[in-house]
Amino acid sequence: MSFINYSSREINCKLVYYGPGLGGKTTNLQFIYAKTSPEAKGKMISLATETERTLFFDFLPLSLGEIRGFKTRFHLYTVPGQVFYDASRKLILKGVDGVVFVADSQIERMEANIESMDNLRQNLIEQGYNLDKLPFVIQYNKRDLSNAASVAELHAQLNPTRVLEFEARATTGVGVFETLKAIAKAVLTELRRGSGG
Amino acid sequence: MFPEEQRQISSVCQRLHRDANAKAVLLIGRDGQPIAEAGEVGEIDVTSLSSLTAGNVAATGGISKILREKDFTSQFHEGEKTHVHITLVAGRAILVVLFDERSSLGLVRLRVRKATEEMARLFEQVAKKAASSTGPSILNEITDADIDKLFND
Repeated sequence: MSFINYSSREINCKLVYYGPGLGGKTTNLQFIYAKTSPEAKGKMISLATETERTLFFDFLPLSLGEIRGFKTRFHLYTVPGQVFYDASRKLILKGVDGVVFVADSQIERMEANIESMDNLRQNLIEQGYNLDKLPFVIQYNKRDLSNAASVAELHAQLNPTRVLEFEARATTGVGVFETLKAIAKAVLTELRRGSGG
Repeated sequence: MFPEEQRQISSVCQRLHRDANAKAVLLIGRDGQPIAEAGEVGEIDVTSLSSLTAGNVAATGGISKILREKDFTSQFHEGEKTHVHITLVAGRAILVVLFDERSSLGLVRLRVRKATEEMARLFEQVAKKAASSTGPSILNEITDADIDKLFND
């Protein structure tokens, strides 16, 4: 849930990167961290296993600039993608303001994408949210791989509600900031709408 | 959070910091957003600490559910120099007290109990206000142009 701190003049929002294991959620955050100026970012925290798989979450605080004298701060989280970490994923969705679904474009991962999308929808319901009413964008990652499914196919399987979607190659940064900007904008717009503005 | 309640909550944190002889006091939303702080926080990465503490509390809450317990309302981490006392406030926020040899767990617990009661009352007040309000004015004032301006490269 967004939090407005009038004493420090900050608007804080929480974004969660969701998706199947090894899809590139952490890589998205790492790229954002690497390419953001030091004054706009805090420390990136990764609670990972010895083999660099996300165990609980990655966390990256980011400042995007000011709106009407208020600093906009976005807290970016990833969830652990592996199926058996479901309890952790539910916890991280608490208080979420916007979701990025990072899909793995590889045709062999289509099933995992669909399963993860269903899991996202279900876990949000358990936390009292409706995915269709939440700021939400989809990123089709790993577009450069030869075994990538077509965007049309990914769209048909994963994006029936036609939310904004982006093609990406997170390792080189293609599509990473476009995705971030789209979700941040959607969250701010929703905040204003929710306040009656 | 409304400015008046924010001020009152900050003042409860400051009083707790003083009365408990603590190094620092932090109040954090359950989603990891820092709400208020008092004491020696200059050298602490408050943002990271808040996020990790919220994760910790969420994980502990998950454990309590599996064990069919109510929320574990407090936690204590004993360090060599700095100790951490974590308490849930009215199920809504997390109160973190960092202390060292200048204080004791008993004193911290005692002072925290009083502070959490006051904070719970303030949160109740905030909830009532929020229910009858259309939202903080800053949000109403934001225009499409303001949002677009943030994303101009």
